[in-house]
Amino acid sequence: MSTLISLPDQSTARVPKKNYITNENGIMSWLLTGDHKRIAILYLISLTFFFFIGGAMAALIRLELLTPQSDLMASDTYNKVFTMHGIVMIFFFLVPSVPATLGNFLVPLMVGARDLAFPKINLLSWYLYMAGGCLALYAMITGGVDTGWTFTTPLSTHYVNTNVVTTGLAAFIAGFSSIFTGLNFIVTIHRMRAPGMTWFKMPLFLWANYAAAILMVLATPVVAIAIVLVALERTVGIGVFDPTKGGDPLLFQHLFWFYSHPAVYIMILPGMGVISEVISTFARKRVFGYSAVAFSSVAIAIFGFFVWAHHMFIMGVSNYAALVFSLLTMLVAVPSAIKIFNWTFTLYKGSITFETPMLYAFGFMGLFTIGGLTGVFLGVSGTDIHLTETYFIVAHFHFVMVGGMLMAFLSGIHFWWPKMTGRMYPEKISQLAAVVTFIGFNFTFFPQFLLGMLGMPRRYAAYPPEFQVLNVFSTAGASILGVGYLLPVLYLIWSLKYGQVAGDNPWQATGLEWQIQSPPLTENFTEIPVVTQDVYDYEWLERQKEHEVTHVG
Amino acid sequence: MDSHATAHSEAHEHPAHLRHHFMDAAQQKESATFGMWLFLLTEIMFFGGLFTAYLVYRNWYYPAFVAGSHTLDIKLGMFNTLLLITSSFTMAMGVWCSETRRKSGLVWSLIATIILGIGFLGIKTIEYKEKFELHHVPGSSFSAASFVNPPLDAQGKPKDTPLAPDMAIHTEVYFSLYFAMTGMHAVHMILGIAILFALLIKSAKGQYTTGHNTTIELFGLYWHFVDIVWIFLFPLLYLISRH
Repeated sequence: MSTLISLPDQSTARVPKKNYITNENGIMSWLLTGDHKRIAILYLISLTFFFFIGGAMAALIRLELLTPQSDLMASDTYNKVFTMHGIVMIFFFLVPSVPATLGNFLVPLMVGARDLAFPKINLLSWYLYMAGGCLALYAMITGGVDTGWTFTTPLSTHYVNTNVVTTGLAAFIAGFSSIFTGLNFIVTIHRMRAPGMTWFKMPLFLWANYAAAILMVLATPVVAIAIVLVALERTVGIGVFDPTKGGDPLLFQHLFWFYSHPAVYIMILPGMGVISEVISTFARKRVFGYSAVAFSSVAIAIFGFFVWAHHMFIMGVSNYAALVFSLLTMLVAVPSAIKIFNWTFTLYKGSITFETPMLYAFGFMGLFTIGGLTGVFLGVSGTDIHLTETYFIVAHFHFVMVGGMLMAFLSGIHFWWPKMTGRMYPEKISQLAAVVTFIGFNFTFFPQFLLGMLGMPRRYAAYPPEFQVLNVFSTAGASILGVGYLLPVLYLIWSLKYGQVAGDNPWQATGLEWQIQSPPLTENFTEIPVVTQDVYDYEWLERQKEHEVTHVG
Repeated sequence: MDSHATAHSEAHEHPAHLRHHFMDAAQQKESATFGMWLFLLTEIMFFGGLFTAYLVYRNWYYPAFVAGSHTLDIKLGMFNTLLLITSSFTMAMGVWCSETRRKSGLVWSLIATIILGIGFLGIKTIEYKEKFELHHVPGSSFSAASFVNPPLDAQGKPKDTPLAPDMAIHTEVYFSLYFAMTGMHAVHMILGIAILFALLIKSAKGQYTTGHNTTIELFGLYWHFVDIVWIFLFPLLYLISRH
């Protein structure tokens, strides 16, 4: 197996003394920073923290489901655990995951700017994220919430006596953090591209984050007002969603899913951007059908706004609405398929190597395809009525979100780790972690498709004994998956001190971010670059290197 | 960041307000303006949820909405609309003054805008207070009795068409939306007035009249937006069936 990595001579190589990490010292220089790269690191640390909180909840769920009876915890507790798992993972991990860490770090580097357009708002978004996160944890510790992450009315407004308002407020605040990130990305990509960086010379990572940012900016305010109305209904007793006063609970569902369906594209689109970069780099080829992949991101964002009611087929929407939303839902499969096919064609006759980011990217392509296709099952309203509220749904969105998004996140973290820290992660053990994650994932979630087909409902602590075998499989897989997620934390921290020095461009990649030192300077570029080369132009890169050799040597 | 920007401006002879990560002042202004318009777009979506709810329930419970709207005082609503439109005018004057570097003009425009804004909120408080007294605030103390048996006027006739009890209870939906919508609008007014005070202090110190007036311009956009929301709320909440 050939390898792509080209590192500087380790006996002489040093991480540059002057970079964004060493620029200023002390905790306050981090907490008051305006530097997009430092804010990305702040986000990375806090996101990882919330990921493991959410992961611990998942572990409790899987432990409970090891046996058919509800023996580890009472049903009430189980409801709270799966609710907090959903809320933490969605609002505090998946939605901000790639945009807030990799996006924050890379968007200015990729467009050739010194920072995002609004550094203070960027920092504010992190503080809002932390405020929301801490409030959610506070709500969890002081009694939790058991409505499911969807805050469905009238359950959330009338029938439970848990911390709905506090948790809702946490999601509301986190929503503003997401709005500010999106706003910053859109303005930066529109107004701050370096000279020569036209829209069609932008890396696909930017296109994907741009599309996600549109969704963040337009969809998040709608869930914000829905949460405000739920809070007012609980505290004051207004009657917007209350059927006894003439309100309609379905209206809440419409408002909630108007955000929460596009939200899944907020989660997945930036991941798709990562995959485009990784596939291109490790196949040494321009992404096949560049503009089709770019526009498919925008198409997913636009279609994403018109499919929300497929979450409500069994909730009493009219048959005609179900028909239309079913059709529109299937339309989303088209741009998603465009991406998968184009990545596959990029691999065709490429010089493929199998470094860790590429392994995760392969994992993404396989698992996202399964997740996407089972999404079509659920988009067809006939099969949806059979499968909804079963484990089939759980398996479907975990294939897309964990198998897809989390794989993409890990792929991106490994791919850009040398740029962020100046040091390589250890290759062998991280390849092992990628494989372990893939195996663990399939063991965990594939049995859940079967369970769902057999009719096991979601959100119950107990189940009929005949489902136990598959549940044991799932729990066993989850423990493997847990190891797969813990490994990167350990070796990535180890690599901060002991990793090999990466040099500017260990992957010989073409992006602007790879043409500057690792880790970058605080101002990113000493001179704002003028972009003449095309995107993913590996021949240009070769010529650059020859140029350097003739001049230096 | 201020010390940072100053250090840079000395090195490159940039204007003092130019943040270090922008290439020039034009790019900075374009970015800020674009960002503000995007923010207003999120605000439209935020209020959009409420307007959607209004649309649905007004179609379902039209008689209740009509009866509910008749309890509002059109004169006060009109006067408030007038106050807000005038405040938008004074705000626009402020933007113009900062553009043409008239410091005292800017300060007085901002003061006028603050006074008009506070006047609006004062009148809104009077209106809210009346709703409390009539038990028209949604929640446990809400009573739809006055819609089933409307109060009588001097001639002994009911002031408004009585509603059937099952329609009358839906006035609570109307008042829920009335309070949610005007309340959200008032929250935006209060935030706006708080920002206005900050701008006023800085303007009095001579900022915004030295050629860099993006902040005032963009706040002007926000203030006009809040004004426009009211322009929609007034007919939707006060003027149902009065055509």
